[in-house]
Amino acid sequence: MSDEQPPSRTKVPMPVATLSDPHMGDAARHPARVEKLIAVVFVLAIVCLAGFGAAYWQNADPWVLGGTVGAGLALLGFGLTAWGKYLMPQGPFVEERHPLASAPDERDAMAAALVERSTVVVKRRKMLGGLFAVGAGIFGIVAIFPLLRSLGPLPENSLEVTDWRRGTRLVDSSGRPISRGTLVTGGLMTVYPEGTVILGLGPQPYITENGQAIDQTVLIRLQDQNFTTQPGRETWAPAGYVAYSKLCTHLGCPVGLYEQQLELLVCPCHQSMFNVRNGAVPEFGPAPRPLPQLPLMFDDEGFLAAQGPYDQAVGPGFWERTT
Amino acid sequence: MSDTATPTKRSTKAAMGPFGRVGQLVDELDDRLGVAKGGRVFLDKIFPDHWSFMLGEISLYSFIVLLATGIFLSLYFVPSTTQVIYHGTYKPLDGQWVSQAYKSTVDISFDVRGGLLVRQMHHWAADVFCGSIVLHMGRIFLTGAFRKPRELNWTIGILMLILAIFEGFIGYSLPDDLISGTGLRIGYSIAESIPLVGSYLTSFLWGGRFPGDIIIPRFYIIHVLIIPLVLLGLISAHLGLLVRQKHTQFPGEGRTEHNVVGSPMFPTFMAKTTGFLFMVTAMTALLGAFAQINPIWHFGSYDASKISYAVQPDWYMGWLDGALRIMPSWEFAGFGHTIPFEVFLPAVVFPGLIFTICLLWPAIERRYTGDNEIHNLLDRPRYRPKRTAAGVAMFSLLFTLHAASSTDVMANFFHFSLNSVLWFFRIAVIVVPIVAGLITYQLCKEMQGVHGIGKRKRAVVVHLSAHGEYSTTPTPPRPDDVPTELEPEPVPVRIDVEPLSSGGVELPEQSGTGVRQVSR
Repeated sequence: MSDEQPPSRTKVPMPVATLSDPHMGDAARHPARVEKLIAVVFVLAIVCLAGFGAAYWQNADPWVLGGTVGAGLALLGFGLTAWGKYLMPQGPFVEERHPLASAPDERDAMAAALVERSTVVVKRRKMLGGLFAVGAGIFGIVAIFPLLRSLGPLPENSLEVTDWRRGTRLVDSSGRPISRGTLVTGGLMTVYPEGTVILGLGPQPYITENGQAIDQTVLIRLQDQNFTTQPGRETWAPAGYVAYSKLCTHLGCPVGLYEQQLELLVCPCHQSMFNVRNGAVPEFGPAPRPLPQLPLMFDDEGFLAAQGPYDQAVGPGFWERTT
Repeated sequence: MSDTATPTKRSTKAAMGPFGRVGQLVDELDDRLGVAKGGRVFLDKIFPDHWSFMLGEISLYSFIVLLATGIFLSLYFVPSTTQVIYHGTYKPLDGQWVSQAYKSTVDISFDVRGGLLVRQMHHWAADVFCGSIVLHMGRIFLTGAFRKPRELNWTIGILMLILAIFEGFIGYSLPDDLISGTGLRIGYSIAESIPLVGSYLTSFLWGGRFPGDIIIPRFYIIHVLIIPLVLLGLISAHLGLLVRQKHTQFPGEGRTEHNVVGSPMFPTFMAKTTGFLFMVTAMTALLGAFAQINPIWHFGSYDASKISYAVQPDWYMGWLDGALRIMPSWEFAGFGHTIPFEVFLPAVVFPGLIFTICLLWPAIERRYTGDNEIHNLLDRPRYRPKRTAAGVAMFSLLFTLHAASSTDVMANFFHFSLNSVLWFFRIAVIVVPIVAGLITYQLCKEMQGVHGIGKRKRAVVVHLSAHGEYSTTPTPPRPDDVPTELEPEPVPVRIDVEPLSSGGVELPEQSGTGVRQVSR
C-alpha cells in the first residue's frame, strides 16, 4: 500500500497508526454511522441558517432571528465538534516539552553583554546618565498634564454650590410654583429652583442638568403649621413644609422612596433611611449624614421660596468637605 | 499520457507535485516567509483534553462575539447626552425628553433590523465573558497552573479580568437609561470618596460636576477603542505565552513534566474548538433571542432626580454593591476634611485589596512553600488543601457579598426586616468564608485518604449461599475504566481514510493491508 502513496519530500521516520490502533475510538472504527449523523446535523444547520436569512428578509421578530441563527450555529458547532471528536485522531499524542531555559553559557553571554558593555560607555558617564534620567522623568511628569489636567476644570468649590439662592422659588417638574395649598398634609413632591425647569421647548418641560442632578429637592408637608426639625431651624418649615436635598449623602442617588406612615425618606440604592421630622437624620443604612435641609419661606406673592442656599454641600462626602 | 500536448487534468495535477495546490501554496509561502518548519510544529501542537480547559475558550469566544456585535452596534449608537424629544416607534416614550445616546439605543432595539437581537447578544456575551474569566481563573488557581513558569500569564489574566469588569460597567452605562445613569452616579461618588484626589479625579474625568455632557462620549471611546485594544494586546500576549510555554496537564499515564499529551492542533483540536466557537456564539444568540436583558425602554432616559426600586448592577459588579450595602456608616470628619470611609473602604480599598492578593498570589505561595521549581503537571485540588481552602474562602466571600447586593429584595420576598437581613449578611460575610474554608480543608484531607477516588465505583454482587453465608464478587470494570496501556506517541503526519466508503462494515482490525496507514 505504501508504494501507492505519494512520496514525501523529507524522510522523517514517523509512527504508524492503523485501524487496530487503540488510539482510534469506537466511532472512528464505524465512521459511516457518525458521518451520517453529522451530515444530518449539518443539513439541519443549513436549513436553520437559510431560515435566518428568510426571517431577516421578512423582518421577523427578534426571537425568530435569534432562534434560527442560534440553532443553526449550534448545529454547525455540534457537527464540527463531533467530527473532530469522533472522526479525527484523538491521541493521546505526545509533544516533547523542551526546557525554555537557555544553556548556562548563553545566559552568561547575555548577562556579560549587558554588564560589560555598559561598564565603559554607560556606567562611567554618570553625569550623562543622570541628566538623561532627569529629562525623561520630567517628560513623564509634564506629560501627565495634558493627559489628566486638560480633561476638565479644577473642582474649586463646584461641589459646594447649588442654584438655590435667597428668594429662589420652588417649582415642580412642570415649572409651577408651590403655594400654601399645593400639598396636603403628608404629601410629597420633587421640586427644583425656578429657572431650571424650562417650558416651551417641547411638549414636556425641560429640566436642566444641574436642576436634575444637583438642585433636586424633596418637599414634604408634615402638618398645617410651622414645624421645627432641629433647634435653630425654627423658621425653616413654614406651614409644615420641609425641604431636603434629594441627593443621598451615601452615594448621591435620589432619595426617591417615602414611607409615609413612619415619615422616612428611603434611598432605593442602599436603603438608607432618613427621618423627615428630626432633620433627616439617617436612622438606618450606610448614609453617614442627614440630608441638608433647605430653609423655606413664603414670598410676597405667597409662593414657597428658599430663604437661602443649603448651609452645606449636598450629596456624598469628599475630601474637601467641611462639616 | 504525459506525452500528449494537451494538458489533461491528470498532467496538471502531476505538474503540481505530490501535494497539489496546497503544496504549491506552502512552497510559495515558505520561499518568502519560511513558514514550513514552524507551521508544522504549530499543526502538531498538542492540546490536553480536559473539560476545564474549555473555560478559557469560552472567554476568548465570547470576546469575539463581543467584537462582532459591538462593531454592529457602534454603527448605530450615538454617544451624546444632548437632549432631544423622542418621536419614534416606541409609543409610550413619545414626546419625552431623552438623550441621543438613549434614543439611539431605543432605535437600535426597535428600528434597526436585527438590532435588538445584536444588542441583547452583546449584553449577554459581556456577562458570559466576565463569568467565564472568573471560572477559568478558578480552574487555574485550584490546579496550581499559575506556578512557575506561568506567573506572568496569571498576572495578565487578572489584569484582563479587571479590564473586563470596567469594560462591562462602562458598556452598560452608555445607553444613558435610568438604571445605568444611577450606576454612573454611584461610580462618580465612589471616585469622589478617594481622599485628597477624589474631587480632582471626578472633575477631570467628568469634565466638571456630575453628570456633565462629556462622560458618555468619553466612556464611548474608552469602551469601543481603548479597553478593547488593550484587551486584544493582552489576549495576544496571553495566548503567545501559552504557545511558548505549552499547556499544563493533569497527571496521568504517559504524562510527565517534560511532555504534553493530548490531541493535535490540526485537524482534531481545530475542528473541536471551531465547533465550540460556533456553540458559544449560538448560546449568546439563543440567550439574545429568548432571554430579555436590559430593556432600557422600560426604564426611561436618565433623569438624575428619578430612580427605580430594586436597583442592581450587572452580576460582576454585585459584590461591590453588596460591600457598599453592609458597610456601616463610618464617615470621618475633622481637621476641615471628610473621608467617607463608608464608601472608600468597601468600593475602593476592598476591591484593590482583593485584586492585589490575586496578583501577588503566585509570589505569596512561593514564599510560603519555598517552591521555585518549574511545574507543568497540575495539582489535584484535594492534594493542596490549604490553597483550595483559600480559594473557596475567597469565592464564598465574594459570593456572600454578591448575595448581599439584594438585601432589600430578600427582605421583601421573605418578609424579614431589612435590619435582620443586613445583620445576617454582616455576620455571614465573616463567618461563611471561614466555615467554607475549614470545611474545604477537611474535605480535601478526607478525599486524599479515600481509595480509588476519582474513579467510578464498581458494582459488587452479593451472594447468599444455601448455608446462609454471604459472599461478594466484584463485577468486571466497565470498558472506560480499564486503564489503557497506551504509550503516548507523536502525531502521525498522515492518516489514510480511503476504505471508509465501505460504510458501517466492520473493518478487519489486524489486517496487514494497512487500511489506515500512517507513514511519512
